[in-house]
Amino acid sequence: MRHWADRLVGCLLVCMLLLAALPAHAAGFADALQHFVADDFSETEAGIAEVAASGDRMAAPVLSALQDGRLLFSAADKTVFMKDESDRLLDAATGRPVAGAGPADLDTVRINNRLRRALDGALGALTLLAPDAGRRFDAAQAVFKSRDENVLPTLDRAIDKETNSRVKAAMLQARAAITLGSADATEADQTAAVAVIRARGDQDALNLLSGLPADSPPAVQRAARDAVASIQHGLAMWDGVQNIWYGLSLGSVLLLAAIGLAITFGVMGVINMAHGEMVMIGAYVTFVVQEIIRTRNPALFDYSLAIAVPLAFLVAGGIGIVIERTIIRFLYGRPLETLLATWGLSLILQQAVRTGFGPNNREVGAPSWMSGAFELGQITITYNRLWIICFSLVVFVALIALLRFTRLGLEMRAVTQNRAMAAAMGIATARIDALTFGLGSGVAGLAGVALSQIDNVSPNLGQGYIIDSFMVVVFGGVGNLWGTLVGALSLGIANKFLEPFAGAVLGKIAILVLIILFIQKRPRGLFALRGRAVEA
Amino acid sequence: MTQSFLARSLDRGGTAFLVVLGAIAILVPVLNLLVPATSALHLPTYLMSLFGKYVCYALLALAIDLIWGYCGILSLGHGAFFALGGYAMGMYLMRQIGARGVYANPVLPDFMVFLNWPELPVYWYGFEHFAYAALMVLLVPGVLAFVFGWFAFRSRVTGVYLSIITQALTYALMLGFFRNNFGFGGNNGLTDFKDILGFNVQAEGTRAALFAASVVALMIGVIICRAIVASKFGKVLIAIRDAEARTRFLGYRVESYKLFVFTLSACMAGVAGALYVPQVGIINPSEFAPANSIEAVIWVAVGGRGTLTGAVIGAVLVNYAKTYFTSGALAPYWLFLLGALFIAVTLALPRGIVGTLRHWQSERRSRMAASAPAPDVAPRPAE
Repeated sequence: MRHWADRLVGCLLVCMLLLAALPAHAAGFADALQHFVADDFSETEAGIAEVAASGDRMAAPVLSALQDGRLLFSAADKTVFMKDESDRLLDAATGRPVAGAGPADLDTVRINNRLRRALDGALGALTLLAPDAGRRFDAAQAVFKSRDENVLPTLDRAIDKETNSRVKAAMLQARAAITLGSADATEADQTAAVAVIRARGDQDALNLLSGLPADSPPAVQRAARDAVASIQHGLAMWDGVQNIWYGLSLGSVLLLAAIGLAITFGVMGVINMAHGEMVMIGAYVTFVVQEIIRTRNPALFDYSLAIAVPLAFLVAGGIGIVIERTIIRFLYGRPLETLLATWGLSLILQQAVRTGFGPNNREVGAPSWMSGAFELGQITITYNRLWIICFSLVVFVALIALLRFTRLGLEMRAVTQNRAMAAAMGIATARIDALTFGLGSGVAGLAGVALSQIDNVSPNLGQGYIIDSFMVVVFGGVGNLWGTLVGALSLGIANKFLEPFAGAVLGKIAILVLIILFIQKRPRGLFALRGRAVEA
Repeated sequence: MTQSFLARSLDRGGTAFLVVLGAIAILVPVLNLLVPATSALHLPTYLMSLFGKYVCYALLALAIDLIWGYCGILSLGHGAFFALGGYAMGMYLMRQIGARGVYANPVLPDFMVFLNWPELPVYWYGFEHFAYAALMVLLVPGVLAFVFGWFAFRSRVTGVYLSIITQALTYALMLGFFRNNFGFGGNNGLTDFKDILGFNVQAEGTRAALFAASVVALMIGVIICRAIVASKFGKVLIAIRDAEARTRFLGYRVESYKLFVFTLSACMAGVAGALYVPQVGIINPSEFAPANSIEAVIWVAVGGRGTLTGAVIGAVLVNYAKTYFTSGALAPYWLFLLGALFIAVTLALPRGIVGTLRHWQSERRSRMAASAPAPDVAPRPAE
């Protein structure tokens, strides 16, 4: 198949170059190869051009061999050889293996930077006709950057043949880039080229248009200036979109980390400093699940996260219930003491994991459906971030539904609003407390599964998020999950928008200062509970 | 009668405590400097520096006890004030290095030469004078605490909210000080000190003087705190701790009381940091780490909050345990122990060591008083 396609390409080239017949074409390739024997840079350059133009099926392998320093020649025999990847010696003209060690005076054909550029262009042109659309696209992009006028005939042929619209657009842009740089293109052609490049609208287009030679016609310059302005405008917009995307991604992580905290704080008035360690435990559950799958049944690897999600919830939630039963329930009504005790607990959990799993980062792999990325306009969207946003929203909706439509949720809300009254109505508040704490910790475990995909799984994993999650809870207000959602997303987006101006660290400081100031206005957060519960 | 008796005995306890501190301030340098190195009683210099470190921590704990034990403000960011005082002192010490640095620049500290800074930043001006640096040791933490407290207390941020915001404060400062362009040496902080007031910081005599100065500072801190908590002002603080809303309704401006005591406490923490730095020989941004501030709170909890002496004892005990554990084969277990300490103290010993002892004492007295003729339980009139 491949062979056949190469042949076809070769034939087409032959026709275009008006070479008479097949033998002649073969001779042309052999002649072109002779340039490499001279051991002279300008001869080699001529050789590259002729080989590229010959259309022989060996042209691309020979050029890439030259690029990699695998092309050899014998000055005495006037023959050219190449080595393939496994170091076999091949005849460059035919591609057949050579018996024996070849001539004694074999020497590498030397290249310099100028030749490397020529080679890039020539190889780009050759792959413009490759059967694989992805390779053709890459080749068009390479030509766009190299702007080598010699490629133009090949490019035109490729454009005529091209059926894939995306590849064709890239080729047309490459052609426009060449036209723009060419001295003998007409003013009208160049103005049209500016329009084509303007439509491309990315950083490369911007560089190309703003680097236009000073002697280009005024009309072209004017068009280019307009185009630069419009591209910059477009890029600024995409920058904004990208910041929002990054912000949403960060916000969804914060949401996952903070939402469990908000539940426990809302219902029990308890600040759980060990919350970050629950996240860490969730991440380690993912690690353990993946390890077991790796050793027992690698085929299940793509399902590892689906298995880890309920397990992490159960493990972290179970630990949470144990903590509530053994420590926290003795500290109700003493929030500051609870804070200290849970901090101590976080130290113990961290050290326990450090002892059990070692202090180093653990490798947690991404299943195939979470790796990779796709382009949307000028931004790249990675699948893992996208899935994490979806996951956090699902968790959020599930929690809202649980609070609104289940018996447990009803009782939790009752205890949040008025503990004494809820107890008087027959709600077992102690049981609700334990379940709430378990639920909050379980959600933290879920956050750990998600974070294992984008962060280092180490005993310190949770610490990095705990202060940010507190900020979210303080900002959003307690007792209302919508506050947590709005708080997390707005903090995430604000963070990413401040970063370009202030840098990552100063952006973070600015956010902290803003929150401190915000607390002045609304001491109980965005979505504060009203009424008597406030003073409780 | 019982209460005045109690107050008198407390005073006696306080005096005894001060006497013990004074004795330590004299005895430790004497054992180090005057007793020959061959004698069994000789105190090695490294131990004296270690004790000096504990004393600085004790002063920090005292500052936390003043606001937490008597006013109910749990600051999880007091390490920030400690570190700021330390940085102010460190800046003075950096300027004293002069041309003896690696790059031999008479004005710029080494790290600025290394970062190609053309001249000294404005906020480093004046730090070559000890008096100015000493003023800054009090002023920088004090002003920060005043501004922060003014915002926080005025809008009635209390309880865990305040704790978390103070934690965020120290976290933000840590992030800032880690940056090179903040002008405080970035990651490495300030170190390689040579002289303080013309004396070599490494010399035994200087170290002894620093130790004595730390103990004296601690004594002054204890006296100030005791004066405050024993006064009518202190009673209002306790009232705020126990029933903030009620105190406000009685007509006290709660936020002013809190602001004053918070600022004072920050200044004390700053002094502690300033004395800590020359004895340890380095100050870097990790001093701002929120974990440090929380650890300082547990010193107070272990010793007993609202007791002042307990804070000092707790700081020394916990830090001695830390030194003991982290310097040997037991190092991996230190965090287990520290964590367990947090939990055990809050669950089993909420009054702390000193508080529990006092509680026993007063219970025994009230039992004895109960067997005696009826005690006078009427509250003392406000003086």
